[in-house]
Amino acid sequence: MGWLGENLGLVVDLTLQHARLSVIPIVVSLVAALPLGWVISRSRLGIVLLGVGNVIYTIPSLALFVSLPAILGTRILDETNVVVALSLYGVTLMMRGVADAFGSVSDDVRQSARAIGYSAAGRFASVELPLAAPVIIANLRVVSVSTISLLSVAAIIGQGGLGYLFTDGYSRDFPAEVLIGIVATLVIAVVFDLVIVAAGRILLPWQRPARRGRARASLALSPDAAGGAS
Amino acid sequence: MNYFAGAIAFILDGANWGGENSIGSRLVDHLVYTGISVGIAVLIAVPVGLLIGHTGRGRTIIVAITGSVRAIPTLGLLLFVVLFTGLGLWPLVLVLVVLAIPPLLAGAYSGLDAIDRQTIDAARAIGMTEWQILTRVEIPLGIGLIVGGLRSAALQVVATATVAGYVGLTGLGRFLIEGLALHRYELAIVGAILVAALAIVVDLVLVGVQRLVVPRGVPRGTSRPRARGGRPSGPSGAPAPVTEG
Amino acid sequence: MIEFRDVSKQYPDGTTAVDRFDIVIPSRKTTVLVGSSGSGKTTLLRMINRMVDPTAGAVLIDDEDVAGIEPVRLRRRIGYVMQNSGLLPHRSVVDNIATVPRLTGASRAQARARALELMDTVGLDRALAKRYPSQLSGGQQQRVGVARGLAVDPNILLMDEPFSAVDPIVRTDLQQEVLRLQRELHKTIVFVTHDIDEAFLLGDQVVILATGARVAQVGSPAEILAAPADDFVADFIGAKKGKRRLEVASRRDDDLVLADSAGFPVGLLARSQAYSVSDKTAQAGDA
Repeated sequence: MGWLGENLGLVVDLTLQHARLSVIPIVVSLVAALPLGWVISRSRLGIVLLGVGNVIYTIPSLALFVSLPAILGTRILDETNVVVALSLYGVTLMMRGVADAFGSVSDDVRQSARAIGYSAAGRFASVELPLAAPVIIANLRVVSVSTISLLSVAAIIGQGGLGYLFTDGYSRDFPAEVLIGIVATLVIAVVFDLVIVAAGRILLPWQRPARRGRARASLALSPDAAGGAS
Repeated sequence: MNYFAGAIAFILDGANWGGENSIGSRLVDHLVYTGISVGIAVLIAVPVGLLIGHTGRGRTIIVAITGSVRAIPTLGLLLFVVLFTGLGLWPLVLVLVVLAIPPLLAGAYSGLDAIDRQTIDAARAIGMTEWQILTRVEIPLGIGLIVGGLRSAALQVVATATVAGYVGLTGLGRFLIEGLALHRYELAIVGAILVAALAIVVDLVLVGVQRLVVPRGVPRGTSRPRARGGRPSGPSGAPAPVTEG
Repeated sequence: MIEFRDVSKQYPDGTTAVDRFDIVIPSRKTTVLVGSSGSGKTTLLRMINRMVDPTAGAVLIDDEDVAGIEPVRLRRRIGYVMQNSGLLPHRSVVDNIATVPRLTGASRAQARARALELMDTVGLDRALAKRYPSQLSGGQQQRVGVARGLAVDPNILLMDEPFSAVDPIVRTDLQQEVLRLQRELHKTIVFVTHDIDEAFLLGDQVVILATGARVAQVGSPAEILAAPADDFVADFIGAKKGKRRLEVASRRDDDLVLADSAGFPVGLLARSQAYSVSDKTAQAGDA
């Protein structure tokens, strides 16, 4: 633990950097996926969107990290590359989840909301969004966890937040440093997850007693979202 | 975009496909890493997922494993393992197997979980043994999602095998790593294009497999029987309890 | 003959689905268990083929305790038809019907030939043989379900609300089909429903169940209609509120026609059956 004592400042800096670089793509995913997911659940355009998303999601992250500078005209060491790449993954993953979420709102509920006089916009804000919210939050948790772990791969191009501890520890043949990097990454993932869950509890008070058991309070599971870029 | 043009020219040049350190040999290596890892993971995860799906016991194990493995940074795990074991094929395979297990488990489990409980109940009621229910009802009906899990696992492994080049092995990622190390950006793009193309091809092949193996009479791509009477099945695919009059 | 001897079923969470149920189901007749949800009727039915095992008491088929018979072997000799047909969605109609014969070792050709015959028996066009269940109407699916139940020519046929999910017109057709089949085949049918009209139409013996599988009344439809045992039964059959006063309206040759208060015939009772059931019922009371 001597190393950690001497390098605490570095670890803290990297942790903050890692959190900052992760939070942008997570927020972008949520904001962009809401309209996209709604479109997917409601229109034929959705198939095209899903197809494009599928292709993007299939591209390995390292390949995307390396290619973006050539596409965006950025320098290879620019943070923008990583943020854009992770946002692309996040949005493609998230929009499918949002579409599922809106799809899970029953037609009966929608029709009766219409029947009691909600406008289309009012229906979206007061009925569909709240009812879709639990599934959206579950998907956001998946996006959060995978964004945080994916970011460290960018260490290979010199932009990975805590991933620096992996490549640096590896080149010095010093496993403890790598391990500290892993643990710090997991800590960020857990903290983010708790924040999202807490936000969900506050925003969706009616959900608290509904779902049974604590199984869902552990890290999110979604079979559809289980694979993909890394 | 000049880099891309140069990279594509490099890839299209037949001279770069043969011999040692060529595209051809690294492609084969990449496929070997992927094949071995996914193969081992299938042997471990699919039977366990089927068992959990069939008995309905142990779902929390799947949730826990899937969630926690997703959170582990794969590059960190690989480098950590290699620092202990030294360079070689097996540390890489070990890490790739660990990565491939969760989607396979989840696919096998959810493939079975999504099947209408009434269908299974009926199979039991007409006198099928548990083994017959598994092999003649649950696997055929769940095969879409089971192969879906295989797709996810294969993608994950193809993508992660890219970093093999970082730990002294080859594979298509080696172009990428070398390009970055030698500041030959075009070579890095070669690696990126090849890895992305391989991932897309593998995915398409497995989509084809998925289409082939899903039996007729079952909606494609999912094994969830379409509810009659317009009742949409929820995202959880929650099984309906056996009716009691 | 199927005999329930002092049967109880208690679930681990403490709920009692069935409490000391005792009855005899005569051979080669149709016995209908009727009751609302929570009456335990499906649980009782599923005890016969050991889909549910009682926590106390015994179920006997021809004096043999089913607890001593290996469940898979037992189920293969008892036909079972359920609410949503329970057909295997990935198998064609003919293969669905042939499922059990194939399990018990019949050759594919044999099983299919038999399945086609059964399609005739239950009134399905053979042209549907290669279809998949999702390509059939609800009524057709239920016919396939019945054909599958008959595939091994079982003595006993269990039917668990088989027609409750189909629309009323189709249901009427299917009920008539069951009556016709039973006249030809003389199986021991145990039929579960929550629909009292269906119970009176199909049953030689009707068992009205209250919560916890308490037997409110057992008898032929005519007996129950003529003398409801208590207010619960009267209420259940709709006699008390005058909703539907069923009565033996007329005699047509040997049959009894049941009519409701508006004079519409709602069912036909073969007289001989009705009488013989009363005899059996009397025996059941002694047992």
